[in-house]
Amino acid sequence: MNFPILSLMTFIPLLGMVVILFTKEGQDKLVRYLAAFFTFIPLVLSFILLSRYQGSTSQIQFVEKFDWIPSLGITYFMGADGLSVPMLFLTALLGFLSVIYSFGDIKEKVKQYFAFLLLLEVGMMGVFSALDFFLFYIFWEIVLVPMYFLIGIWGHGRKEYSAIKFFLYTLFGSLFMLIGILALYFNVEPHTLNIMVLIEKTPLLTRSFQLLTFAAFFVAFAVKVPIFPFHTWLPDAHVDAPTAVSVILAGILLKMGTYGFLRISYPMFPQGAMYFAIPIAILALINIVYGALVCMAQKDLKKMIAYSSVSHMGYCMLGIAAVTVTGISGCVFQMVSHGLITGALFLLVGVLYERAHTREIGAFGGLWIKLPVYSGLMILFCLGSLGLPGMSGFISEFMVFIGSYPAFKVIVPLAVIGVVITAAYFLRMIQAMFLGTFNTKWEGLSEISAREIFTVVPLAILMIGIGVFPSPLANMIKATVENIVHLAVR
Amino acid sequence: MDWIIPAVNLKLILPEIVVCLFAILILVTDPFLSKERKIWSAHLSWIAVVIAFIANIRLWNLQEATFTNMFLVDNYATFFKFIFLAGSFLIILISMSYLKREEILHGEYFSLILFSTLGMMLLASGFDLVVIFLGLEIMSVSLYVLAGFKRSDLASNEASLKYFLMGAFATGFLLYGIVMIYGSVGSTNLGQIINHITSNDAGSNLLIWAGAGLLLVGFGFKIASVPFHMWVPDVYQGAPTPITAFISAGPKAAGFAALLRVFLFSFTTIKMDWTMIVWIMAALTMSVGNIVALAQSDIKRMLAYSSIAHAGYVLVALVAGGETGVSSALFYLLAYTFMNIGAFTVVIALGRKGQDNTKLEDYSGLGSRSPILAILMTIFLFSLAGFPPTAGFMAKFYVFGSAVKSGFTGLVIIGVLNSLISVYYYLRIVVLMFMQAPVTRTDNERIKVAFCAILVLIISTWAVLQMGIFPQSLLSLAQASVSSIF
Repeated sequence: MNFPILSLMTFIPLLGMVVILFTKEGQDKLVRYLAAFFTFIPLVLSFILLSRYQGSTSQIQFVEKFDWIPSLGITYFMGADGLSVPMLFLTALLGFLSVIYSFGDIKEKVKQYFAFLLLLEVGMMGVFSALDFFLFYIFWEIVLVPMYFLIGIWGHGRKEYSAIKFFLYTLFGSLFMLIGILALYFNVEPHTLNIMVLIEKTPLLTRSFQLLTFAAFFVAFAVKVPIFPFHTWLPDAHVDAPTAVSVILAGILLKMGTYGFLRISYPMFPQGAMYFAIPIAILALINIVYGALVCMAQKDLKKMIAYSSVSHMGYCMLGIAAVTVTGISGCVFQMVSHGLITGALFLLVGVLYERAHTREIGAFGGLWIKLPVYSGLMILFCLGSLGLPGMSGFISEFMVFIGSYPAFKVIVPLAVIGVVITAAYFLRMIQAMFLGTFNTKWEGLSEISAREIFTVVPLAILMIGIGVFPSPLANMIKATVENIVHLAVR
Repeated sequence: MDWIIPAVNLKLILPEIVVCLFAILILVTDPFLSKERKIWSAHLSWIAVVIAFIANIRLWNLQEATFTNMFLVDNYATFFKFIFLAGSFLIILISMSYLKREEILHGEYFSLILFSTLGMMLLASGFDLVVIFLGLEIMSVSLYVLAGFKRSDLASNEASLKYFLMGAFATGFLLYGIVMIYGSVGSTNLGQIINHITSNDAGSNLLIWAGAGLLLVGFGFKIASVPFHMWVPDVYQGAPTPITAFISAGPKAAGFAALLRVFLFSFTTIKMDWTMIVWIMAALTMSVGNIVALAQSDIKRMLAYSSIAHAGYVLVALVAGGETGVSSALFYLLAYTFMNIGAFTVVIALGRKGQDNTKLEDYSGLGSRSPILAILMTIFLFSLAGFPPTAGFMAKFYVFGSAVKSGFTGLVIIGVLNSLISVYYYLRIVVLMFMQAPVTRTDNERIKVAFCAILVLIISTWAVLQMGIFPQSLLSLAQASVSSIF
């Protein structure tokens, strides 16, 4: 039997959660170290995953498959390919870093907080490695519960409202996915929920069935991405969530949506992919330009970065809609890159908020004089986010545009406007906060601590690393992306 | 004139005999027990349930009718009896501390619970409309009394009276329906009815139609489907809480046992014709239950409306029909029994003498006052909302799956949107428990949970998680239960 690396990555955090729940009340320090330990193991395992992964083939690797509920044809089927491996690594990395960041951030109900954070990691790992629909759906839903509590208990502002809004929006989408799953199950002979088997069989189904099921899955994934007009939960949830949770929300949860499109919708329903190409590209364009324009209008730094996620996820969708190898590769690059950059930006916003207790852009000024290291890091990531060459954001956006231009000759040039607006709002923010005369009100601010630097440096290294040497990641995803395109244009 | 005494196989009704004898035994011995020893009646009653359960296990995989084909033992009936007995067992356990607390510990209570269970078992096994009627009456009359068991409490009296009046109407409808069918078929035996309907052109027979419609009304009252649900909120709120839990679990399942058997067995050849009506009933029941539950400020009332909604989900399974439809209904009712009794046990644990603490505000800050109770309540609520990996999700998955299979995707979309609505009101309690500070209250003492209630909580939690994560064994049981009725 193979070494069950995916199950270990998924369920070690669960073990950690149980261990933490059994610690005595008040041992906050122990709880923190336990949480770090139980997220560090998956991180180590994810390095093994990266090194063992064979990028030359699109075959599913690290397969684990057992019967689970045989009478309904449900199996416990885990596996990874070039699409899931980078996501699993990103999950392990951001999971670990957000635990480290939370050391200083969370002071109340520490035990419950870390327990939920670990449960969240279980769900995310599971989503990226499950290849049976039932299992996939369960992990997909499990993610909601800890997220709901994390926002609702440890958040700021209108936290209960944001938490329940997030929950209901996402559940609304995933219930349509449930109908889609059931419809697939009963329309394929023999009845199965195995995603890989379904991908082979679904193109034989009628066109109208494919379109309807595509639409059902679209709602589920679109809420998660989020695609306009399903995006309104995002600013609320991001702004009101505690820092580490915003990081995971932006870094990983949004990618669950695009992952769903690439794993399920496109390979499974080529007819749907073709039929909905233009509408999805238009929605992506709205995401890009509208998201960027809304960013221009924000006074709250965190809200601005939240909306920048709407804009950036639009690039992903544009790349997917084109169904070309370059476009989808660009999308996967953008998924990784956005996870790294926006994760880091949320961490840095958290650093400032903890000290200044405000996030209003206009309240600051000339911070570079007082906090050179912090400002340097922040500006680095802002430049990364606006797509400066040499960093990962540039590679991904460039690939998306090249890959999707042949398919959408009008939409893509319009989408490039989004890049300009993105540069505008980030530069405006940099100017307002870090340049100019120093606002003496912030004389007492302390510089970013070593632990906080530790949480963002790995992200900076990866961001620049991918920007300068994109080929390792490109090689890893190449075969899988080619396979997805091959399946989606059947 | 010769009287032929029909051959009766007593082994088949052994569970019923046990329950009945113990119920009588409790009635007889209770007056002789001193006040401190009244609890013995309770012990006798759960022992009765356990013995009946064991006797019932021995009937598994048996298919035999007795009492001139009026009483049928098949896996379908046996499975339902497992649900009833398990439900009654849990209810007896949670009743003991509750009755002590409210100082209404009388033996009749347990005797009535056993009689009511007996009625349910007859309903599940009845293969003749008369036996079904008999079972329904034994069950209901006991429940009318139980609903009013808090004699000194006006709300409890009101609940009892309302339940009785509404129930009496329902009985009237049911009986009238039976009469009409008898008038047309010349027999009340379910086997004869299906033969008659299949051999004659029943579609044009008005009597059959009227009879089926009246039966649907009668059963609709018992399972609390819209538009026959009006009694539910007041009865649920006024009745002693363990009885509320009881009514929502066993009798509802019993109503479904008879409804599914009559409609999917006897009226199966005219299924196309009645499906549309049940379709509308299911959609209305889900929607009205869930939407009205949103506006409730009392947890017992909220759970009352949620139980209406859950009846709607089971009706979806009836619409779906077929083997998967019925087995999904069985699985759903089993799951619902455990998660609902679990939730009610937490509700009971929060009460004080003469003070039920069932307002939603009473739940704020429960997460810090009693974390374990709050966590368990959260599990039950998530299960009621149909969230994985709990029994509620598995059950909904199965029910909706069976409906999609039969081509009722529209109804499934209504059902799915309804579960979304339901999440809102279930989560509101979770929000109160974990995200809000306790309301300043006079009795901020620790919540003590009686041993029996802890046992119930353990059993229900285990069942909810077992059915959610490793449902295979119970699923196959539910699937093995249905082949006999087709």
